Amino acid sequence: MKTQSFVIKNKVGLHARPAAVLVQAANKFKSEIKLEKDGNEVSAKSILGVLSLGAEKGTVVVVTANGVDEEEALKTIEELVNNNFGDPE
Amino acid sequence: MNTMNGVGVSKGIAIGAARVYYKEKIEVNSGKDSVSPQDKEAILEESLKKTKEEIESNYESLKKTNQQEAEIFEAHLLILEDPTLQEKIKENIKSGYNLAYAVKSAFDGFVETLKNLQSDYMKERAQDLLDILDSLLRNILNKPKVDLSKLPANSILVAEDLTPSDTATLDRKNVLGFITEKGGPTSHTAILAEALGIPAVVGVKALLENVDNGDEIILDGTQGGVYINADDDIKGRYEHLKKEIEENDRLLREKAKEFSYTKSGKRIEVVANIGSPKDVDNALEMGAEGVGLYRTEFLFLDRDTPPTEDEQFEAYKVVAERFKPYPIIIRTLDIGGDKQISYLNLEHELNPFLGVRAIRLCLKETELFKTQLRAILKASAYGNILIMYPMIAIKEEIIEANKVINEVREELRSKNVTFDENIKVGIMVEIPSAALNAEELVDYVDFFSIGTNDLTQYTFASDRTNENLSYLYRPLDSPVLKLIKLTVDASHMKGKWTGVCGELAGDPEAIPILVNLGVDELSMSPSKIPEAKRIIRTL
Repeated sequence: MKTQSFVIKNKVGLHARPAAVLVQAANKFKSEIKLEKDGNEVSAKSILGVLSLGAEKGTVVVVTANGVDEEEALKTIEELVNNNFGDPE
Repeated sequence: MNTMNGVGVSKGIAIGAARVYYKEKIEVNSGKDSVSPQDKEAILEESLKKTKEEIESNYESLKKTNQQEAEIFEAHLLILEDPTLQEKIKENIKSGYNLAYAVKSAFDGFVETLKNLQSDYMKERAQDLLDILDSLLRNILNKPKVDLSKLPANSILVAEDLTPSDTATLDRKNVLGFITEKGGPTSHTAILAEALGIPAVVGVKALLENVDNGDEIILDGTQGGVYINADDDIKGRYEHLKKEIEENDRLLREKAKEFSYTKSGKRIEVVANIGSPKDVDNALEMGAEGVGLYRTEFLFLDRDTPPTEDEQFEAYKVVAERFKPYPIIIRTLDIGGDKQISYLNLEHELNPFLGVRAIRLCLKETELFKTQLRAILKASAYGNILIMYPMIAIKEEIIEANKVINEVREELRSKNVTFDENIKVGIMVEIPSAALNAEELVDYVDFFSIGTNDLTQYTFASDRTNENLSYLYRPLDSPVLKLIKLTVDASHMKGKWTGVCGELAGDPEAIPILVNLGVDELSMSPSKIPEAKRIIRTL
């Protein structure tokens, strides 16, 4: 099991499009992937779960991946966060 | 006559006949029934499939013209197939509830959660959920949707609320505009209206009580006004205004195809910032006389290995060919710092904006740099290409980068590959040290292009992505203008030229100032070109 925390940097936070990008990426991995914010834990493969976190710009999200490809999964998510999920800002 | 007001969310004026759209509310009771869970799941399966097809068809119909807005429906698909949601529905089915309620109550839980979130933007997403729920329930209960794709010509659609899927199915030829009682400026519906160019006003209180089918409606999407059966006076005024707007648009577009000269006769080149070959059509349509900034980062992002030389060559060649004989300025890779790429294994830095990015990175990763330069030089045989280095701070960096170019040139010559032997090479001026020392740097380049966004942030030592520091984002204050002037003057002294490719270049307020400082070329997002040319002609 691997855990890493991230700060959401894009302007509007994990809204519909970035959340969709994240879920689509998470779905490619076999590992179970969870996101946690302020004690709420959701599956990264559920867009409703991700949206319900209400993760706005500047919030810290803890990502836990558990499974055969956990390392790859975390790396991919790190890249998405760093590239603002493809948002221009 | 009756006048009402709301929020204009998509500008323009529409005059037409009201088509009032009553959406029948779907009533769901919370009773249990004796249908077996297996039968319910079969109906659910079938209804999910139908709903999925509907969403996909909305996606397809938008994709061609509005890729970004079409992605809303990609998110809808993910919601429809959300595992947490499906689980909840199945749980409800097991508890014996009727299928419609099992579905509705599963959705309602998430709708509540979203409505309780802090940001208005997130709250609006509850509407997306209700849209999907509505489609799914109609399929479960066999209640057809009103078909909004078959409205008569000259319709103004009047509704309590429109969902994104309603908006996407509208026939754009026959629907001139729409008005809703509910909805806000950040709803997906408002975003879609603007993207489709349909004038719209939302949030008009008591709208449905005051409008009947067939009423003549004037809708002012700029001011947010709605006039029902307006008197001749107002109608005349709006017809006139509408003509004027249409005429202005037409003229602006027509004139945008021509070069723009100031009153004193100086031509200002107006060119486009583009991020990929996909942007070329729009840039040409808007009247771009070339490309002032071709960002090449798109080739490098979202992948596991660097793009090959051939891949890059194709992406540069196609743009050069389309714009020929106009110039296109290709900026070499501007990455590193805050934009990470896994396959480059960049070191984590404390101050990414001041770190190993752009030319600093390319001079360290010379293979990466050489591959790009080879692709650019090869493409230069097919059009009018210029090369531009980003983030130059001192002359040694230009000398070093030119050395790499010369190596690549030698290599191509020895292989008898044709390329433009006289290719022009310039730099971005976005670091104060470069502007302050432009007089010396000018001897090593063919042109300057000022990146005002970064120049401003480095001048005021203020991270432009930090909202708390927005008061320090002052590109039109004298410190930045002085640096621009130094750069322009240095280039003119040696018979060279200076362009501006930052956000300032397309800003109507900034254009007169930049032209006055002697800037020769302005590069901006394509949509800003027609207005920029109009302004230049008045100076």
